Amino acid sequence: MTKDVIQAPRPTYRIFEHTADLGVEIYGTDERDLFRNAALALSDIMTDRRHVRGREEREIAAEGGDREEVLVNFLREVLYLCNGEGWLLKECVIAEMDGCHLRAAATGEPFAHGRHTMDVEIKAVTYHRAEIRTTVQGWTGRIICDV
Amino acid sequence: MSDITIERLDEFRWIIPPVGGMRVPGIIYADEQMIKAMATDESLRQVANVAHLPGIIGHSLAMPDIHWGYGFPIGGVAAFDMEEGIISPGGVGYDINCGVRLMATNLQFNEIKDKVRELVIALFRNIPAGVGSESALRLSVAEEKKVLRQGAAWAVNRGFGSEGDLATTEDGGAMQGADPGCVSDRALERGRRQLGTLGSGNHFLEIEVVGEIFDRRVASAFGLTAEGQVAVAIHTGSRGFGYQVCDDFLARMVKHKSALDFPLPDRQLACAYLTSDEGKEYMAAMACAANYAWANRQVLMHWTAQTFEETLQRSPRDIGMRLVYDVCHNIAKVEEFEIGGTKKRVCVHRKGATRALPPRHPALPDLYREVGQPVLIPGDMGAGSYVLAGTDRALEETFGSTCHGAGRVMSRNRAMKASRNRSITAEMADRGVIVMAAGKKTLSEEMPEAYKDIEGVVNVVHRAGLSTKVARLRAVGCIKG
Repeated sequence: MTKDVIQAPRPTYRIFEHTADLGVEIYGTDERDLFRNAALALSDIMTDRRHVRGREEREIAAEGGDREEVLVNFLREVLYLCNGEGWLLKECVIAEMDGCHLRAAATGEPFAHGRHTMDVEIKAVTYHRAEIRTTVQGWTGRIICDV
Repeated sequence: MSDITIERLDEFRWIIPPVGGMRVPGIIYADEQMIKAMATDESLRQVANVAHLPGIIGHSLAMPDIHWGYGFPIGGVAAFDMEEGIISPGGVGYDINCGVRLMATNLQFNEIKDKVRELVIALFRNIPAGVGSESALRLSVAEEKKVLRQGAAWAVNRGFGSEGDLATTEDGGAMQGADPGCVSDRALERGRRQLGTLGSGNHFLEIEVVGEIFDRRVASAFGLTAEGQVAVAIHTGSRGFGYQVCDDFLARMVKHKSALDFPLPDRQLACAYLTSDEGKEYMAAMACAANYAWANRQVLMHWTAQTFEETLQRSPRDIGMRLVYDVCHNIAKVEEFEIGGTKKRVCVHRKGATRALPPRHPALPDLYREVGQPVLIPGDMGAGSYVLAGTDRALEETFGSTCHGAGRVMSRNRAMKASRNRSITAEMADRGVIVMAAGKKTLSEEMPEAYKDIEGVVNVVHRAGLSTKVARLRAVGCIKG
């Protein structure tokens, strides 16, 4: 009897240990995929993203002195959409990017009691130890959030 | 694992000798066991990193509740020269003026012990708590700007508490120099809906009972007169308003970091010279957030007093809820110290550290002139709090600072795993603490094992002379976000 080996899809992010805060390691097949997965990861951590509908579109722009800064600044914008405007992200497409700028199109909807839950309050996405590197499997990023 | 070299100075002090770009040594207050635990993460490296910043005076200091933060360690204290030094949003933290206030009452535990559950339920109903919770107060932007300028006095003027509360609040509940013009629209927008909310995470409102009195004279001056007396502790800060102020300025300073004339050991330590426009604007915006937090705790105290009156059906006079003191533990402040024989104004960053002024310090209210400043140290959930008093030693060694709490030892993720298949609420009830929380996750993340033992932390600061033990309060009821 032969066994079918089913390759589980590689997770797009994982939480790593950091005493006071929340570390997130994100994976992507390429740079844009990494940034997209980072936005989705942040949304996932805060709410059950399966219940969020992509009814509205928002444009997100970010810049920075290098890739890591662009990543942190991009995620700061995603976080502000949630914490500042009560808007939850469902999906995200990175429309344009170079090493210092990014423009993304996000879909999502305003938070609604009953439909959505807020699981974790992320106070901020920090610059501490922010890191992006390429590996044989693709791109990996690490950020630390204050919770 | 830390690659930092430390040497023992005396029983509770450890020194990191300056190497590389460190401008001053680091000093950590801890016992042997604590220092061993610190060597396993990055907290000692962070103490050393802070010592790289320009204008730092004396030492980069760390209290025994130090743990790995981002940028500055949590439990860190550093003072900077007003001319040559810097101010760092990361050295204050996102929750600007996160702090604790303790209220004493005339009630004895025996009188309320059958009503604790009812009180906890009523408090949970009346005090908005949890992720994204909103307040019954909705401020216009014009009114919000008054909060930002006036702090706790705004709340008192609107009928939340009384004038006397301001005297027993650090800095009278208002930081000078607050300028709402330096605050972003984003911060203003977030702040309008959250004044009068507890928040989530480690924030709490706790019904406590005086369990043990170590120093009767000082305790009695603080209004803590006998074992069994009921008190209430509130731990919260400037909510989304403060987070946004920190986030805005940190991003600005990160953007301009290449203009600094020194290398930053960590981006999160991005800072600006105190004499620069950016530094002054941050100071003015941070003061707004500090004032927001003091107003927030003042409003919550008033709602707590009302809830006690309604639930116990007793008069305010009968309950006698009064503010013992309100301290902040995430702040940067300009204070005066004697350094090398002369008086000098410096900018002290306390990130997870509490001011601890000795008897006869001019910044103390008359009430506490002879006994020193009350220092309020909350423990892990349900552990209760310690009340300490400030000392001369703290003024001499640590810019009048001491510890702020227990300090985490377990990441939130590990705490979630460790609490799987357990009812933290039931465990707390077994320990005599009735807990209600908006989120089940909060209870798991905040379970007692996730924190250092508060007793160990307090014993270090007591024996090192940074503050002295006055009383210990045990928790009987707790609401969390």
